[in-house]
Amino acid sequence: MSALRLSKAVYDAIRAHGEETYPHECCGALLGRPTPDGWSIEASAKAGNTRTDSAHKRYQISPGELVKIERESRLRGLSIAGFYHSHPDHPAQWSQTDLAEAHWLGCSYVITAVENGKAAATNSFRLAGETEENKRFEAEAIEVRDAVKDPVSQ
Amino acid sequence: MTIFIPTPLRAYTAGKDAVEVNAATIAGSLDELTTTFPELRKHLFTSEGRVRAFVNIYLNDEDVRYLSAKEATEVSHADTLSIIPSIAGGC
Repeated sequence: MSALRLSKAVYDAIRAHGEETYPHECCGALLGRPTPDGWSIEASAKAGNTRTDSAHKRYQISPGELVKIERESRLRGLSIAGFYHSHPDHPAQWSQTDLAEAHWLGCSYVITAVENGKAAATNSFRLAGETEENKRFEAEAIEVRDAVKDPVSQ
Repeated sequence: MTIFIPTPLRAYTAGKDAVEVNAATIAGSLDELTTTFPELRKHLFTSEGRVRAFVNIYLNDEDVRYLSAKEATEVSHADTLSIIPSIAGGC
């Protein structure tokens, strides 16, 4: 099983973002470096949820905002390693919608359940496979470290 | 022009996160990119040769879909092209 390593500051920030936008879904990008057995996350970047028509159960990040996030991460020597979003009053498990709309193969998708406004479980799933036709989510461990480096950048 | 390669497609560009091309248009630049790295083609284009629906192409900060000349838009050496797969989902 691969592992997603992130600092406690980033872990706390993405969970707090889910509480902040409750009862709507939050979303953002995870920035880091690849390691032989998973990503090492050094920062996260909040993004706006453009699905204002059904923000309580859907999220979408504007590609224009992603262009800017990627540009800034590149300047810091980091790559987009994955994304995070919240499931308000819903388990921290990927849905068929999540899989259908996931296209960043090899990246991590982190989901935080937010129950009655409080962050509950946080899980990570790596989008495995080589093509759109055989892509799948695989559960991966989350390793939270104490080191504080580059918390939320936006 | 520089084409920025998103994380999931770097496996098909020998790990490069940016590739320099010399074509005169966006379409020509994508053609040069996929000629150099043929494995990229099926990830960017449908079997009919159209850019896949979930692949966003940005010329600098502009979505190519909304440019008047779209992929026939002329480019210069200072321009950048970003390939950005879409990101969405929900419970």
